[in-house]
Amino acid sequence: MSLISEERINRAESLPGFAGVEDYWALLKPRVMSLVVFTALVGIVRAPGDIHPVIGFVALLCIAVGAGAAGALNMWWDADIDARMDRTRTRPIPAGRVEPGEAMVFGLLLSGASVLMLGLLVGVLAGALLAFTIFFYAVIYSMWLKRATPQNIVIGGAAGALPPVIGWAAVTGTVALEPLLLFALIFIWTPPHFWALALLKKRDYERAGIPMLPNVAGDDETRKQILLYSLVLAPFGVAPFVLGMTGWLYGAVSLVLGVLFLVFAWQVYRKREGDAAERASKHLFAFSVLYLFLLFAVLLGEGMVR
Amino acid sequence: MNAMADDKGVVLTEEQKKSRKRRSLAIALVLTFLVILFYVVTIVKLGPGAMRKTELPAVTVIA
Repeated sequence: MSLISEERINRAESLPGFAGVEDYWALLKPRVMSLVVFTALVGIVRAPGDIHPVIGFVALLCIAVGAGAAGALNMWWDADIDARMDRTRTRPIPAGRVEPGEAMVFGLLLSGASVLMLGLLVGVLAGALLAFTIFFYAVIYSMWLKRATPQNIVIGGAAGALPPVIGWAAVTGTVALEPLLLFALIFIWTPPHFWALALLKKRDYERAGIPMLPNVAGDDETRKQILLYSLVLAPFGVAPFVLGMTGWLYGAVSLVLGVLFLVFAWQVYRKREGDAAERASKHLFAFSVLYLFLLFAVLLGEGMVR
Repeated sequence: MNAMADDKGVVLTEEQKKSRKRRSLAIALVLTFLVILFYVVTIVKLGPGAMRKTELPAVTVIA
């Protein structure tokens, strides 16, 4: 084989645009998508009124694809940051398997398709809310807040908190107090969840130049903020029961989980040095995921049996 | 030889050909799924009568 042919083959091997299906799937951030689907399903199930199962499925599918599209746009915009962080350097764009432009087109196409489908087949309000969520995550959070302020994930958390509201709107065509409470719950949950991770990945964020709270205000201030947000979150978790929207099971579970959340947050606040501090942050991060999952699982269960 | 190589354009490896085939298959599956989904949603939203021919209302012509 001539030198030229070998060179061609080598160039072809390193050519972007030859990604596998799994790379496009990874662009959709499937783990984030699963949480979005779950919380949106709770919004659908708890909403008063009926929705045909097929239309309900279409609503969930559109919300999932819309969330995935926002994830792809985020990966396109943040490819430079992702390449500098251990946690994200193997993602399809920084690894060179997908071209940035491809990810952008992929994200835009799926955004448009999911919003149109949701708006036309399910409801205009749900479609508009999905469009706003994608815009908020891709433009307000990814392009603006993330690199500009340590309050990035506080404000950006609104995008992750909207799926139950979209689910509710898909059934009723309106928004009510209950989905707004669920929105507030996820919104207030986001900062302590992400700051626990930021304490652990501080060097990664520093290398990438992202102004996360521990990098800007220091670890101690972050621990204080985590505790303060947790103090607000715990009562908010119980609020749906106090306002008569849920049964006793949710009331009991949210109370116990809220107290546990405060205990884990207190451990993060108190343990500030060495392995103990790292363990406390890891425990809070892991428990925060469990906290939200269990609360929404009980809400889902109660919604299905009522 | 160089010219011949140039005429061939980009030469794909077997792995890249397999990858392209898998992508094409995935697109075909997604499109098939969407066709079925839109059909089912049409039936659900318009009811089984969606496929039935309806008689047009009589038009009165005023001379």
